[in-house]
Amino acid sequence: MLSIDRSIVDAIVAHARRDHPDEACGVVAGPVGSDTPTRHIPMENAARSMTFYEFDSMEHLRVWREMDDRDEEPIVIYHSHTATEAYPSRTDISFAGEPGAHYLLVSTREPDTEEIRSFRIVDGVVTEEPVRILDAGVDPHAVQSYMFGQSPATVDYECSGR
Amino acid sequence: MAIEVRIPTILRSYTGGAKVVEGSGDTLNDLLTDLDSRHGGLRDRLVTEAGALHRFVNVYVNDEDVRFLGALDAKLNDGDSVTILPAVAGGAFGFAAAAAMAQHVAVAGPARVAAS
Repeated sequence: MLSIDRSIVDAIVAHARRDHPDEACGVVAGPVGSDTPTRHIPMENAARSMTFYEFDSMEHLRVWREMDDRDEEPIVIYHSHTATEAYPSRTDISFAGEPGAHYLLVSTREPDTEEIRSFRIVDGVVTEEPVRILDAGVDPHAVQSYMFGQSPATVDYECSGR
Repeated sequence: MAIEVRIPTILRSYTGGAKVVEGSGDTLNDLLTDLDSRHGGLRDRLVTEAGALHRFVNVYVNDEDVRFLGALDAKLNDGDSVTILPAVAGGAFGFAAAAAMAQHVAVAGPARVAAS
């Protein structure tokens, strides 16, 4: 289960929409061992591609050092798919190098529909997990949970009713 | 003095969980051979059978990407700090990406680098 603040999700979706039709990518850092994403860091897609993303190697080093200095780790690694569903591609699975991170995918194929899904990718095995979006200022017992099935079938995902 | 090497999470199984290890060598290639003598298997995760650095691993000497320093031939000095990071990459699997992937797999075998 990934628990993440609504404000961070909104910022990630905004980043993905801004870079559309190119894929957008980034990180949400959080305190080591907390499993809590707190600091959103949009990254440059060095590939500048509609079908591929890659962190710029120097920005990657700088951001990872900064996390180290702040006793943080990458809790969420996100990127967008701009014409297909938010499910890891074979490319994503091959390259997933942070077994502790939640891999968050955003699809921007529908301009008005927010499609966000989260996965663990360990040793080439993909496991989808539910995303719990925490709305600040809302009764914590009233958080919205989105449960997804484990199949890669398309899921329509409406988040407009706040 | 020795060379400090920062190990990413995914490779710490080779270093007994250690985040930082020390090694020595005049070049990156020598350093990785030296590390492999104590942390068997580590070198194979970073260097292809053809003897080149894997495409989807980033290695830095101090603040520089070794790709700009001669890759495995990059010169090292005592007191240098080497950082290894698995590249963060991926994307939708389109036709162009498929072609690129086939090439990457042939050259570098990223599935083994990043996923095991």
